[in-house]
Amino acid sequence: MNKSDSKLDGRPGSKPDDKSNGALSLPKPPGNPPESASRKREGGAGGSRGTGGPGGLAGFWPRLASLTRKEIRQLLRDPGSLAIGIGLPLVLILIFGFGLSLDVRNAPVAVVLEDPSPMAVDVIAGLELSPYISPVVVISMHDTERLMLERKVDAIVRVPSDFSRNLAAGDARLQVLVHGTEASRALIIRSYLNLALSQWTQRQAERGRMAEPAAAAASRTGMVVPVERMWFNAANTSTWYLVPGLIVLIMTLVGAFLTAMVMAREWERGTLEALFVSPVRPNEILLAKIIPYFLMGMLGLGMCLVAAQFLFEVPMYGSLLILLGSSMLYLLVALGIGLLISSVTRNQFLASQVALLSSFMPALMLSGFMFDLRNVPVVIQWIGKALPATYFMELIRTLYLAGNVWPLIFKNCAILATYAISLLALARLVTRKRLD
Amino acid sequence: MLDFLRRIASLCRKELLAIFKDPANRVILIVPSLVESFLFGYAATYDLTNVPYALLDQSGGIHAAELVARLDGSGVFHRAATLRTQKEIADVIDAGKALVVVQIGQRFEQQLNEGGMAPVQLILDARNSNTAGSAAAYIGGIIEGYNATLQSGAAPPLPQITVESRAWYNPNLETRWNLLPGLIASLSMIQTLMLSALSVARERENGTFDQLLVTPFSPMEVMIGKAIPSIMIGLTQSTIVMMVALFWFRIPMAGSLVTLYTGLTLFTVASVGLGLSISAVSANMQQAMLYTFMLIMPLILLSGLATPVRNMPEFLQIATLINPLRFAIDLVQRVYLEGVGLLTVIHDLIPLLIISAITLPLAAWLFRHRLL
Repeated sequence: MNKSDSKLDGRPGSKPDDKSNGALSLPKPPGNPPESASRKREGGAGGSRGTGGPGGLAGFWPRLASLTRKEIRQLLRDPGSLAIGIGLPLVLILIFGFGLSLDVRNAPVAVVLEDPSPMAVDVIAGLELSPYISPVVVISMHDTERLMLERKVDAIVRVPSDFSRNLAAGDARLQVLVHGTEASRALIIRSYLNLALSQWTQRQAERGRMAEPAAAAASRTGMVVPVERMWFNAANTSTWYLVPGLIVLIMTLVGAFLTAMVMAREWERGTLEALFVSPVRPNEILLAKIIPYFLMGMLGLGMCLVAAQFLFEVPMYGSLLILLGSSMLYLLVALGIGLLISSVTRNQFLASQVALLSSFMPALMLSGFMFDLRNVPVVIQWIGKALPATYFMELIRTLYLAGNVWPLIFKNCAILATYAISLLALARLVTRKRLD
Repeated sequence: MLDFLRRIASLCRKELLAIFKDPANRVILIVPSLVESFLFGYAATYDLTNVPYALLDQSGGIHAAELVARLDGSGVFHRAATLRTQKEIADVIDAGKALVVVQIGQRFEQQLNEGGMAPVQLILDARNSNTAGSAAAYIGGIIEGYNATLQSGAAPPLPQITVESRAWYNPNLETRWNLLPGLIASLSMIQTLMLSALSVARERENGTFDQLLVTPFSPMEVMIGKAIPSIMIGLTQSTIVMMVALFWFRIPMAGSLVTLYTGLTLFTVASVGLGLSISAVSANMQQAMLYTFMLIMPLILLSGLATPVRNMPEFLQIATLINPLRFAIDLVQRVYLEGVGLLTVIHDLIPLLIISAITLPLAAWLFRHRLL
């Protein structure tokens, strides 16, 4: 409803400007009473500023202003768009911040102690110390296998009955069985188990060294001990890398998905053609479309920043200004993709599917958000490196967790700017062609 | 009864015609699930394959060289840089040139020869804490192996423990093996939800839904006629993804196809019920699409596809109990990888039944409700 209203009152003010100088538009009697009065005043103001200049430019600002006002109203009165633009980001923040975690804590592990000797118990004691594992001692292997089938435990550590005898002889075997269905979790649990069990050898070596006379100790070769230091994420929690990455997802959602869908609806319903026959220029239509969604994207960014800061307490080492600047760049890229998709498909359903497949899913799966690009096959790496989201992801994680790494900032911002300019130019090109 | 079936059949035919007449639909129903299953099959991996590391060897001794040779020979780590001073560490890590810097101190040889503990510093770029953790564990394993060789040469041999680990159902612990069975359920859900949500909304927008309701069909029949084509398409898509998993990625199927399809059919019915309910409450296509999208995101994220449900906090684990996808993924993974029978996954089937029993009558009721 409001769409046609604002279109109607958008026209009388700007039409005369287009044909001649704005000054001429003043005496022209306004057709529609109160609504268009303000519009006309604006048109006049713009015109007087531009007297002598080319006629088209004269009405640019008032036309843009009224178009933008129309678009913002349209956005605010559409509950569906608001839900995607504001509701969904909120849900995503909460789910990603609280719900998704790759960290393993207190994984239930069954220990089958077929050899209850003190030495075996000593070896197993290493498991108790690990914060990642909570061991449960079970006697029979049969029961344990049932626990594993029911997924009550994630792994089984089996100490065979001849364990201490073999250990005294110098070489003992321990069996570790992990439930492999959730591969990532299983991998982590396995490495924690291996670590906890092997530490016994180290403890033993240390004890032996203390007991031994110095001469004997000197003849022995020492041990290599790895000392880990996790830079940028000392707590080793996945929240710290998921929450900053979420900014990328939300901007893609608002910029590409929502914009593509809403624009495609206008194409489908023909309301965009109605705009085209009015004196507004394609440039102005595109700009007026971009502005509200840009603002909405920035709102999403704001929500992410606040949540990261106060809810999840992710530290930020880089500069906030650079973060804001690069986010704006990426938002323009996403908007360019959205506008392009909508102009090419001109169909809501198709546009939403294409936007989902070409922007949102890749941003989720191929940008390094969840899966590290270093581990994927070369072809997938190429696809990942062709995506603007990958560069923004890298940039935002660096800004959050590492700080201002200037070479990386310059490189990635340059790439994003190139994408933004070319995508928006392309969107503009496609829109004009269809107009003629 | 025969009459009833004939009416349903003609409704289904009409619905399928409406779907497949649109060339865009034909593409969108087949291509995405194919592309996505290939893409995710290759991209979604937590396994380390190629980790750039930088070496700062301040000892220059023989033991250090041996240890580094093992690292280089692992096939996973490749040396991106060789550093000379400690100051360079920050540069390579910051710029992302190396995921890990291995620093071997000046006294390394001496400490080893004296029989003491010789620390090796691992400085990891934990911007992606998951990769960093795996890399640290991997290097830890290599060092462990090296220690064992060192000790075996010692005069009175120290007791050694060999840990033999084996993984059930997924011997090499490949992420792909649990992801692709998960995709069998989730990719088809995205499309069936979207399709069934749009089916009524489209007719409503075009005004043909009222025409449908003035025909002698009862709302229940209309709903069944809408549901069956969506279920068929959903099952077809599951089959496509399963084929990719089975024949392209060669993930062996341990369970029976009958069990798998029983579970999948039940799941598809549940998601179509969900889609039709959305459809019934939305006034036009755009609303239906938005609602579906709003729903799909949490459903997928909280299903255990990307991260295990058991890693989630308690209250979210409870929330996942109304998520049909959570049960479907558990079911497909267990049947596909573990080869369990229907009775073992009964705890997955019952919730799916309950969800279908609520959503389908609800959708039918909502159809009628709208008309009044």
